[in-house]
Amino acid sequence: MEANTRKPGHLPAAFLTPGSSSFLDFLGEHSPELLPGNRTLPAVKGAIELPHGTTIVAAVFDSGVVLAGDRRATMGNVIAQRDIEKVFPADEFSAVGIAGTAGLAVEMVKLFQLELEHYEKIEGATLSLEGKANRLSTMIRGNLGMALQGLAVVPLFAGYDTDRARGRIFSYDVTGGRSEELGFASTGSGSVFARGALKKLYRKDLTEQQTVTAVVQALYDAADDDSATGGPDMTRRIFPVVTVITEDGYRRYADSDVASIARSVLDGRLEFPDGPRAEVL
Amino acid sequence: MSTPFYVSPQQAMADRAEYARKGIARGRSVVVLQYTDGIVFVAENPSRALHKVSEIYDRIAFAAVGKYNEFENLRIGGVRYADLRGYTYDRDDVTARGLANVYAQTLGTIFSSVGEKPYEVELIVAEVGAAPEDDQIYRLPHDGSIVDEHGAVAVGGNSDQIGSYLDQRHRDGMTLAEALALAVESLARDSNGNSERQLTAEQLEVAVLDRTRPQQRKFKRILGRQLSRLLETESAATTKTDEPSDDDEE
Repeated sequence: MEANTRKPGHLPAAFLTPGSSSFLDFLGEHSPELLPGNRTLPAVKGAIELPHGTTIVAAVFDSGVVLAGDRRATMGNVIAQRDIEKVFPADEFSAVGIAGTAGLAVEMVKLFQLELEHYEKIEGATLSLEGKANRLSTMIRGNLGMALQGLAVVPLFAGYDTDRARGRIFSYDVTGGRSEELGFASTGSGSVFARGALKKLYRKDLTEQQTVTAVVQALYDAADDDSATGGPDMTRRIFPVVTVITEDGYRRYADSDVASIARSVLDGRLEFPDGPRAEVL
Repeated sequence: MSTPFYVSPQQAMADRAEYARKGIARGRSVVVLQYTDGIVFVAENPSRALHKVSEIYDRIAFAAVGKYNEFENLRIGGVRYADLRGYTYDRDDVTARGLANVYAQTLGTIFSSVGEKPYEVELIVAEVGAAPEDDQIYRLPHDGSIVDEHGAVAVGGNSDQIGSYLDQRHRDGMTLAEALALAVESLARDSNGNSERQLTAEQLEVAVLDRTRPQQRKFKRILGRQLSRLLETESAATTKTDEPSDDDEE
């Protein structure tokens, strides 16, 4: 297929070479400049201020998993965006929520979605949930150079494992290290507070509706104590993004549904600003 | 040094075309029909793993006949082309017309390059639009030409007969079951125009580009029970219309 490489309008030879089912591998060979991790950065003195996304929370319930995120992006002490979306479907049975440098993270999600879709089209079968989680690991590891310069992306990956018939959560660190979380997990600047809240609220036997409420409570607590996390904005009607993945696939809660949950959480907080109270013993 | 035989360019091209056509004619046909909610692809293909019809992008699908390794290669090339284009620009910028052009250029170069054997494949690239009049179907023969098709099209062995059979019977606004029944009927005819074979759901590969699908990706395979059910509903409907007297008696 030598002739093709020189003429415009043809499929270049690389397109017709049998090989990997991975879009990332193909991109790496054919147009490496498009891979986010391949960019060389100029040396910068001190920290640069870029929009950062913040808190993502996930929790497993009986028949699936909830993944939710607040809507704020901050740039230093400035709120860069009030209605950013940080939770995305990765494919039919998984979703990814991102914390860290917003621009890079959104690009990474786009590439991750494409990676899963590309594999599915080429192979005619979907990757296992573990396989998807590992691909995400590789992508984060590819970003390590940038992470060390302050442009970190730390996602939370949740999906429904069709083989084991249950929801699962994977969390990551900047080196691509991956660990499966049982029950619930959080990432981003407000994650400590969200985790604290979920520790007291989460139980394995919660229904989907209760799990979603617990997650919204946790995001409220994160916003309460972390200035970079946004709480439900009643005046502008901006509410957290709540997604659920079950046997039937990915589903995003309508804004009106999240609004009513957020309102009931807020009503409760008017009485007890610190939220629901747990037993001491 | 021996002098090579002189072969006129016309003769050389005719030989290559003959070679490719023979290869294509050996395989079973694929038919593609427009119906009211989209485009349906039907192939006679007993294999569940080796597909003749596949998804390329959100609204674009691919069907092929001929040599498996050759069209599989082109399919993968097409998926890579579409995904890369959608990633560099936007998902809306991936069109069947663009893809068909790239395929035509590729097939044309291979066909006319003396060093290579011509590909024994014939492709269909189809894109489903927001309305039936926006649907696009392109047929790409082995030599790199493009034919813009409407309504119904057949490729593969016996495609001329199947094509004219379809043209006579296909009409706009068919339901999926009707279009599927017509496709199966046309595929079941042998080269003499007799239709004695019965094609069952196990022997068919059926997929649709369904514009009513809420997902971004409109391609969907119709498998197993859903396929049998669709085939049954239509055959039940035809027997009913064939024997209206029975209904009257009841």
